[in-house]
Amino acid sequence: MLRRIYAIFHARNLEFVRDRSSLSWNIVLPVALMFGLSFIFGGGAPPEYTVGVLQSGDTVDSGSHPFLGTRHVQFVPVTNLDEGLTKVARHQLDLLVRLEQPRRYWVNPESPRGYFIEFALLQSAGTQQIEKAQISGHPVRYIDWVLPGILGMNMMFSCLFGVGYVVVRYRKNGFLKRLRATPLRSFEFVAAQVGSRLMLIIVITAFVYTGTSWFLNTRMEGSYLTLLVITILGAISLISIGLVVAARVTSEELAGGLLNLVTWPMMMLSGVWFSLEGTDAWVQRTAEIFPLTHILDAARAVMIDGALFRDVLPQIAVLCVMSALFLTIAALIFRWRPR
Amino acid sequence: MPTVLEARNLVKRYPGVLAVDHVSFSVREGTCFGLLGPNGAGKTTTVEMIEGVTPPDSGEILYCGEPTGRRFREEAGIQFQNTALQDFLTVRETVQLFQSLYDRKADIEYIIDECSLGDLLDRDNRKLSGGQRQRLLLAVALVNRPKLVFLDEPTTGLDPQARRNFWELVKRIRAEGTTLVLTTHYMDEAHVLCDEIAIMDAGRIVAQGSPDALLQRQYQNVVIELPLADISGDLSSIEHRVLEARGVIEISTNDVNTTLKDLASRVTGLNRMKIRQPNLEDLFLDLTGHSLRT
Repeated sequence: MLRRIYAIFHARNLEFVRDRSSLSWNIVLPVALMFGLSFIFGGGAPPEYTVGVLQSGDTVDSGSHPFLGTRHVQFVPVTNLDEGLTKVARHQLDLLVRLEQPRRYWVNPESPRGYFIEFALLQSAGTQQIEKAQISGHPVRYIDWVLPGILGMNMMFSCLFGVGYVVVRYRKNGFLKRLRATPLRSFEFVAAQVGSRLMLIIVITAFVYTGTSWFLNTRMEGSYLTLLVITILGAISLISIGLVVAARVTSEELAGGLLNLVTWPMMMLSGVWFSLEGTDAWVQRTAEIFPLTHILDAARAVMIDGALFRDVLPQIAVLCVMSALFLTIAALIFRWRPR
Repeated sequence: MPTVLEARNLVKRYPGVLAVDHVSFSVREGTCFGLLGPNGAGKTTTVEMIEGVTPPDSGEILYCGEPTGRRFREEAGIQFQNTALQDFLTVRETVQLFQSLYDRKADIEYIIDECSLGDLLDRDNRKLSGGQRQRLLLAVALVNRPKLVFLDEPTTGLDPQARRNFWELVKRIRAEGTTLVLTTHYMDEAHVLCDEIAIMDAGRIVAQGSPDALLQRQYQNVVIELPLADISGDLSSIEHRVLEARGVIEISTNDVNTTLKDLASRVTGLNRMKIRQPNLEDLFLDLTGHSLRT
């Protein structure tokens, strides 16, 4: 059995590596992503400081206090203290200030930008008493937050289209029928396809992650091993969806449509580019049905918050169940040849 | 000789079509069995049911007396009529890939030599000519040292020289004792290669036996062929048929001398006349009322 799986696995790898257009697309896109991210997020600090103004209204009156007239600072209204403190902790705000009585400001002592904007505040306050309250926190840059999303999105497209299209093409041109006439079992064929794409995904994702980390010094608080487990299980669950889509379809056009139908909602709702915090509950519940949501939740928890393996067990369990479910469905409805 | 393969009452329906209608036959060990018929007769559907890639609606298939299963897959070699191979693999890698799928293994070098692939080993299999590709597909069908080989329309699309080369190759395989099941719509191919044939039309077997026995059973006559353009008189008193597509008339007779005397006054000349033995195409025409090539 292993010999047959390896034979199909090896042949698929050779086909992938020698298909220069496909290979270059799979290499060029992640590298372009990597350099694009470096260009966008690696070009130094943003031009403005961002200060949250704790107040009840939703517009900041720049004339109400000299500090609010400071140049190169963007003042944003904050109505909820806890929310504001979280943003300061995560360096989404450089400083949070309440200019109404009792006057107080919060700054993250580990933030260099907070340190400088504090000077500007105290300078403009003059003789006014303003109480300082410190909070602690580690800087979380947008790149740190979005990197798992981009890697996950690339993984999703590669898994679904890479497996789905290949199987549909094999079925359409009769290669699957030819394999059917050998002792190869459908499980062995599916395992070889999963293995081949999984290896490819892990290599490319590791390559892009390493490059991005090197260029941007991205944050990694947790265990690489846990992250690897999440990546592997995530890739298997996504490949399984590709196999379900490709289990019977014989038209590449239909396969493309179905794969888009699956990938686009995942891209929009799984938190690739932005958090779903604050969206309607039904949106968040809908997002739970997508493996990418759980992949990104777990990866971010490990990378940003240093979550341990046991902390991400719920997501890992969901990914295992989804993989088993989709692989079973794919094996049950798999068809070697067009009807 | 023991029976290697037996098909009993195979039936396959597609929407609106009874593709295979209660087909039964058996194949003896070491022989070449041919399914002969025009396109759409049900030959490919029949062999694909036996090969296990198309499930029959009803009927039974026995390999060495047992239902076909893993042993059959392990011991059968199959060359499909239309099949793709994995892209971006060389001839050598393609042969190795398929050999890896079997426990039984042939000597690769022998297969490569037998199928004349030695000069093509490092060529991408997408860049092969029709004849080269058929030889590769046959090599792929032989990688497991099969006891039974299926060849589905193996020479369709080949030029005459490539066809004859392929026939020689098939004869060598047969000479080694391998049992062959061949589907073809070329009556000359069936006549040259097959020990026994089943003629299929519209999903049914209309005749079965060795090619020579079938012809002897059906015909005691010879066939005289004349171009239509050479006919000048009325042939109504002579039994004949007109093959308009080929522009000839055919007269079947067991007394050539008398027929030629009758013809002499009704033709402009006999220089283009041919006298031949009836062949499988004639047999098919007589049995079904239409030509093999329609």
